[in-house]
Amino acid sequence: MIAGEALVLAAFALPAVGSVAIALCGRCPQLRETATLITAVLLLWCTLSLLPMVLAGGRPGVHLFELLPGLAIAFSVEPLGMLFALVASALWIVNSLYSIGYMRGNREEHQTRFYVCFALAIAAAIGIAFAANVFTLFVFYELLTLITYPLVTHHGTDKAKAGGRIYLGLLIGTSMLFLLPALVFTWHVAGTTDFTPGGILQGRLSGFALGGLLALYMFGIGKAALMPFHRWLPGAMVAPTPVSALLHAVAVVKAGVFSVLKVIIYVFGTETLATEASTDWLVVVAGFTIVAASVVALKADNLKRRLAYSTISQLSYVVLAAAILAPLSVIGAALHIVTHAVGKITLFFAAGAIYTAAHKTEVSQLDGIGRRMPWTMSAFTIGALSLIGIPPAAGFISKWFIMSGAAAGGHFAALAVLIVSTLLNAAYFLPIVYAAFFRPLPAGDERQPHGEAPLSMVIALMLTSTATLSLFLFSSPLLQLAEQLVAPK
Amino acid sequence: MNVAEHLPALQIVLPLASAPLAVLLRDRLAAFVLVLAATWAAFAISILLWLQVGETGPMSYAIGSWPPPWGIEYRVDALSSLLLMLVSGIAAVVLPYSRSSIEREIRPEKHTLFYALFALCLSGLLGITITGDAFNLFVFLEISSLSSYALIALGKDRRSLTASYQYLIMGTIGATFIVIGVGLLYLKTGTLNLADLGVRLQAMTSHRPVLAALAFLTVGISLKLAMFPLHQWLPNAYAYAPSAVSAFLAATATKVSVYALLRFYFSVFGETAIFQRLPMEDLMLVLALAGMFVASTVAIFQDNLKRLFAYSSVAQIGYIVLGISFDSVTGLTATIVHLVNHAVTKGGLFLLLGAVIAGIGGVTLARAHGLARVMPLTSFGIVLCGLSLIGVPGTAGFVSKWYLILAALEKGQWWLVFLIVLSSLLAVAYVWRFVEVAYFRAPRADLAGVREAPLALAIPAWILVGATLWFGVDTSLTVGSASRAAAQLLGAAP
Repeated sequence: MIAGEALVLAAFALPAVGSVAIALCGRCPQLRETATLITAVLLLWCTLSLLPMVLAGGRPGVHLFELLPGLAIAFSVEPLGMLFALVASALWIVNSLYSIGYMRGNREEHQTRFYVCFALAIAAAIGIAFAANVFTLFVFYELLTLITYPLVTHHGTDKAKAGGRIYLGLLIGTSMLFLLPALVFTWHVAGTTDFTPGGILQGRLSGFALGGLLALYMFGIGKAALMPFHRWLPGAMVAPTPVSALLHAVAVVKAGVFSVLKVIIYVFGTETLATEASTDWLVVVAGFTIVAASVVALKADNLKRRLAYSTISQLSYVVLAAAILAPLSVIGAALHIVTHAVGKITLFFAAGAIYTAAHKTEVSQLDGIGRRMPWTMSAFTIGALSLIGIPPAAGFISKWFIMSGAAAGGHFAALAVLIVSTLLNAAYFLPIVYAAFFRPLPAGDERQPHGEAPLSMVIALMLTSTATLSLFLFSSPLLQLAEQLVAPK
Repeated sequence: MNVAEHLPALQIVLPLASAPLAVLLRDRLAAFVLVLAATWAAFAISILLWLQVGETGPMSYAIGSWPPPWGIEYRVDALSSLLLMLVSGIAAVVLPYSRSSIEREIRPEKHTLFYALFALCLSGLLGITITGDAFNLFVFLEISSLSSYALIALGKDRRSLTASYQYLIMGTIGATFIVIGVGLLYLKTGTLNLADLGVRLQAMTSHRPVLAALAFLTVGISLKLAMFPLHQWLPNAYAYAPSAVSAFLAATATKVSVYALLRFYFSVFGETAIFQRLPMEDLMLVLALAGMFVASTVAIFQDNLKRLFAYSSVAQIGYIVLGISFDSVTGLTATIVHLVNHAVTKGGLFLLLGAVIAGIGGVTLARAHGLARVMPLTSFGIVLCGLSLIGVPGTAGFVSKWYLILAALEKGQWWLVFLIVLSSLLAVAYVWRFVEVAYFRAPRADLAGVREAPLALAIPAWILVGATLWFGVDTSLTVGSASRAAAQLLGAAP
């Protein structure tokens, strides 16, 4: 598996080394952005080369070093991590393309710092994706929080500082307060933190202790934004839009739900959890988050805020699906990481494009904008359809699996939550689409003509919306990966 | 004569002898070179001793060939060899730094005195660590204390005089208590040798004079190690001392006092006497927690960065004491690991703050507005050390926190686990005060011409910052030595 080892290391090292290159090219924007794009393409090539190995049942990995006796920083690529790494590396390319247009179009400052931190955040995300044990995952999880802090507070204003405080306070707070004790406790009880199919806790913990540990993990992974620890996501809306896309689609929240899935599947084991009544609360919390966040989104007039609450709700789809514990819903959870990523990044790209071209941020200002920015708003429509779960958008597939799992497992309350939330999703997305295409432009707006956003942004959002559609049609590699989660080769 | 045999004596004699020579030389450069040579030699010797102890186990050296328990014994085991390496290593880094930093902070005619005092302080601290004799320990404690009062008083700010005076009073009370405690022990046993005391006391641990000795020693040493609530002298002393002195004392003085406490508790009185017959466990637990929370909270509201991080030191000492209170191998490992980790972190931090003083002339938060624009590297270094104080993975502080949490879990005390992590969130609050001031505020107009710290200051500081990161990644040295030392203290290993 020498080739596999090298590829795993390369996938992790590429963005890290790339960030140095980007920093060195800071003086020359053309070169710096080329460096970003080249690194991103190489990274995608790396992850794609790993894909056949993982599909064939291989688990390429590398053991870096032991931090404490028995606690190693080690990587091992399994299907779920492969999925996450593919999402992160593929969307990084598109996001970089988009960033170039956005950062130039809005004449942002400190662009070198932005690209450097971005690359480092991707390195941390790959570290999370390939982590072979909870310990490694925790290390990169914390690093990701710290690296994204300068991105969230990019503007350096008081508002950015306040958003940064909430962001850091909640993410560091939950991870220190809950995740770290959970990790040490796991190590104390099981003597290992390795991700193992079937879990490492069976027979070692039961009853209240197991439920409590699950709670520590679920709330400790603050990036999954389970209520009541969701406030950091809307707080981070002060960041430039490419950063929001990074947070919502590429790395951060995906790292959160990914960690949730990893912990449920490989630490607890779905079978261990299924026999315990003390873990049922998770379905309730996730269900509540789905509905409550959708209701808040319905009322939000700021477009990015509406998208943020939609993300909180969609993340809990993944948590809910994992909590149902049925094999079908676990597949659905894994797929939903991907489909939500491409759908949500499209929506954020559109929001950023609207801001760059028209300087509009509120939903109520969007009347008739579809006529001026037809490409952007078509992409937005596709993203919205995907989030609602209407074919032919990718979101339909993951939702289908989650709902089948819920039905098969007899979780009719969960099924009801999913249906209600689908209606709510429709209720907060479709009016935007309607207003953009069918309402007339507001009076006085004709005097400020604007067209589409810069070309690179439009290309980026066309790419992601195309991906949203094509994932619906060509979902078989994803499905193959996800199925390995429940029926290992 | 075989030099290797006499390494334990040379460890002390070299820095001790360099002090009066430095005064006699009367030349700044010559004094610096002499003391530097002695310090680096001491560091080299400590490494050799550490290697030797790792191979052959604890070693004993009879001063003047008077066999213990009649003569003075120098004893090097896992714990003392680690501490010797730590203290002399920090000194070896701080001394080159001080040459550049005292140019700005101390009048030139006092420079030779500074080097002499530094050498004295170093030999005192090393002496406490290496000696196997209770009275000798007191003598070395006084050598290091008296020289550190004088070192603090050298500060440019006139408040350094009151700070030094405050420390003098508190430190003298502490030293008096210690000598009373040692006297009582001598009264009961007729011996001053620590190992011998340990053997003889076993039969009489519940005797009133022995308990009184324990009480005097505990209070006396706690004053020196700034255990809450006996920490009042520390913030001012660290804040107004010359930069190099702040860094050196913050990294070593309290740590060596912790060593003395461990030595008396575990090697002299014995773990059973202290933790099973007396409620010391609860007492130390409460004081440690109070220190962690009160001092961290006070740190959040400081406006002077040196005071802020001085209060953080009091809080971090709380972690160290907390580890002792667990009375387990894991707990003591946590204590000893944190001893080292906190020493390098705080040492680096105070060196960087010294560079900030050199750059912008002060370390109040109001002055440091926009510091990251003019001194980006130094600011980043301070943030890195701050992350270690918080206990972020990848830094040394994380390793200590890991063992503390593990020790609490071994005792099944979940509430303690949450208190430990909760207090690290207070560290986030005070570290982020610096971050927000340095990175989000616009620099003041008079900072326009400020440059990054000169290499003479930056290199030593970054060596310690590097060590902070290194000990967060490769823990074989810190955790390996610490767990060996913890096992030795608890009698689980030779």
